[in-house]
Amino acid sequence: MIPPQVRDLIYILAAILFIFDLRWMSHPRTALRGNYAGVLGMVLAIAATVFSQSLDWGTMAIGVGIGGMIGLVAALKIKMTSMPEMVGILNGFGGGASVLVAGAAVIAAVSALSGSAVETVSLQTRVATVASALIGSVTFFGSYVAFGKLAEFLAVKWKLYTWQKAIKYGFSLIVIAGAGWYGFAGGIQPHGAGSNEGVMGIAIIVCGLLIGGILLRKKARFPGMDALKGVSFLASIGVGVMVVQQPENLMLFWVLAATAGVLGVLLTLSIGGADMPVVIALLNSYSGLAAAATGFVINNTALIIAGSLVGASGVILTNIMCKAMNRSLTNVLFGVMGPTSETPDADEVYKSVKSTSADEIAMMLDGVQRVVIVPGYGMAVAQAQHAVKNFAALLEEQGALVEYGIHPVAGRMPGHMNVLLAEADVDYDKLREMDEINAEMEQIDVAIVLGANDVVNPVARTDPKSPIAGMPIIDVDKARTVVVIKRSLSPGFAGIPNPLFSLDNTLMFFSDGKDAVQEMITAVKENL
Amino acid sequence: MELFVGALTVFVLAVFVGFEVITKVPPTLHTPLMSASNAISGITLIGALLLAGQIDNPQLSRTIAIVGVTFATINVVGGFLVTHRMLAMFRKKK
Repeated sequence: MIPPQVRDLIYILAAILFIFDLRWMSHPRTALRGNYAGVLGMVLAIAATVFSQSLDWGTMAIGVGIGGMIGLVAALKIKMTSMPEMVGILNGFGGGASVLVAGAAVIAAVSALSGSAVETVSLQTRVATVASALIGSVTFFGSYVAFGKLAEFLAVKWKLYTWQKAIKYGFSLIVIAGAGWYGFAGGIQPHGAGSNEGVMGIAIIVCGLLIGGILLRKKARFPGMDALKGVSFLASIGVGVMVVQQPENLMLFWVLAATAGVLGVLLTLSIGGADMPVVIALLNSYSGLAAAATGFVINNTALIIAGSLVGASGVILTNIMCKAMNRSLTNVLFGVMGPTSETPDADEVYKSVKSTSADEIAMMLDGVQRVVIVPGYGMAVAQAQHAVKNFAALLEEQGALVEYGIHPVAGRMPGHMNVLLAEADVDYDKLREMDEINAEMEQIDVAIVLGANDVVNPVARTDPKSPIAGMPIIDVDKARTVVVIKRSLSPGFAGIPNPLFSLDNTLMFFSDGKDAVQEMITAVKENL
Repeated sequence: MELFVGALTVFVLAVFVGFEVITKVPPTLHTPLMSASNAISGITLIGALLLAGQIDNPQLSRTIAIVGVTFATINVVGGFLVTHRMLAMFRKKK
C-alpha cells in the first residue's frame, strides 16, 4: 500500500511527464518520445491511485477491460482519413467520463454525509460538480454530434449504411429510454408531499426526447433552433445554480446533465463542415476543462493539472482556427455562413473558365522549377494522398522542387492535411505554412489546387462584402500558372463562386482527385 | 477553503504552462497534439477507478463509476494509440 504522500508525489511526477509530452510535441523528431512520456505519466498516475488504498479490483477490471478493448480495436482499425471522427468521438468519451465521475462522487458524498450534514459539502465541491456536469455533458453530446456529422450519418438526407443506422437510431433510443426510465422511476412516481421530483422527472424526459428527436432529423437546422439554444443555455445555468444550492439533490444533478446535453447538441448540430476544425478544437478544450473540474470535485491535483493543460491546448487551437477563418468564436457557434444578396452570379464569374486535360498539364509541367500543391478536404475524400506523393516524386525526379501549401483550416480538423500527407510518407519539411508559402508565391511556376476552394478564393482579399472577406487565403492566383483539380464548379462551404477558376492563368481539370492525379502521373511519364 | 486556494493555484499555473508549451507546437503536429492532449484528459480515469473500487461506496455510485472507467479507458488507450500511429508516420524519413 502506497501512503498518500507518496501517491501525491507520484501525481506530480505524472504531471511533469504530461508537460514534457506536450513540450516534445513541438518537433516531429521528438514528438514520439513525448507520447511515450504521456503514456508513462498515465501509467504512473493509475498505479499510484490503485495501490494507494484497498480497492475492489474486480469492478475496476470490468471497466478497464471493456474500455481498453474498445479503445485498442478502434485505434488500430481507424483509417487515417477518418481521424477527425476518431478525435471527435474520443473527446466525447473524455467529457462523458467527467460527468459520470462527478455524478458518482456526488452520490458517494451524499450517502456518506447522510442527510442533515449536507452543509458540510464544501462550496468548492458544489461549484466544481456543476462545472463538471455542465461542461462534461456539453462535451459528450457535442462530440457525438461532431462525430455523427463527420461520419456523415447525422443531419443528412441520403441513405445510410447499416452501421450508421445502428449508431444513429441506437443512440437516440438509448437517450430517450434512459431519460424516460430515470424520469419515471425517480420523478413522476410520487415520493411524498412537497417534493418537486415530478417536475424534475418531466424535465429529464423532455430533454431526453429533445436530444433523441433532434438527432433523428435529416436537417441540421429547424425553426426556433436559436431560441431553443438560448433557452437550454439559460436553463443549464439556472439548474446549475440550483445544484450549488442543493448538492444533495441527486436528481437535480441529472437534470443539469440533461439540459447541458440539449445545449451541446444544439451548439454543434448547425455547424457546417468547414467550421469543424474550430468545433473539434473547442470540444478538445472542454474535455480538458471538464477533467479539471472533476479534479476539483474529488480534490485530485493530477486531474486538475492534466485537465488545465488540455484546456489551454484546446483554447489555443480554437483561437488559431478562428483566426485562420477571420471569424470570432461566437460567429462560428451562432452565425450562419452563406451567400449574401450581393454575391455575384456564378455564371457571370465562370464565363471564361478554361478546362484542361492531363496531357496538357503534363506538357506544361515539363521543365518547371517550382511546384506547390494546395490540398483541401477534397484530397481526403478522394483519398488521393498516396497518388499525390507519387506524382510529386515523379516531378522531383525531373528536377522540380515540389512543396505543399497547407491552410490552417484545410480539412476537418487542425493539421488534417499534414497527417494525410505524413501517411503517404511526404517529408514534413515540404509542408509549408500559409504565410511562408505566400511570401514565395510569385516564384512558383505551377500551383496545383487539389480539392480546396474557399481557402484559395481571392475574393477574401478583394471584396470586403463577401462572407469570407478578410479570411487569410493561400494566394495561388499569384503563381504563374494555377491548375485546379475539382469535380465541378460547385461552390465551397461559403456558397460563393470563386473567381480564381476563371483567371487567365488558371486551368481547370474536372475530375475526381485521385483519378486526376493518376492520369497526370501517366501523362507525365509518357511525356518523358 | 485553504484546500481550494491551493487547488486553484495549481489550476492557474498549469493553464499558463499549457499556453507556453503549446504555442510552440507547429501546425504540422496539431492533430497528434489534439489526440495526445485528449488522451491526457482521460486522466479522469483515476477518479473513476477510485469511485468504482471503493467497497463502501453505494452500489449506484460504483455502477456509474464503472461506466466512467470504461469511457475514460477508451479515451486513454484510444488516444495514446492513435497518437502513436500518427507520430510514427511523421518520423519515418528516407
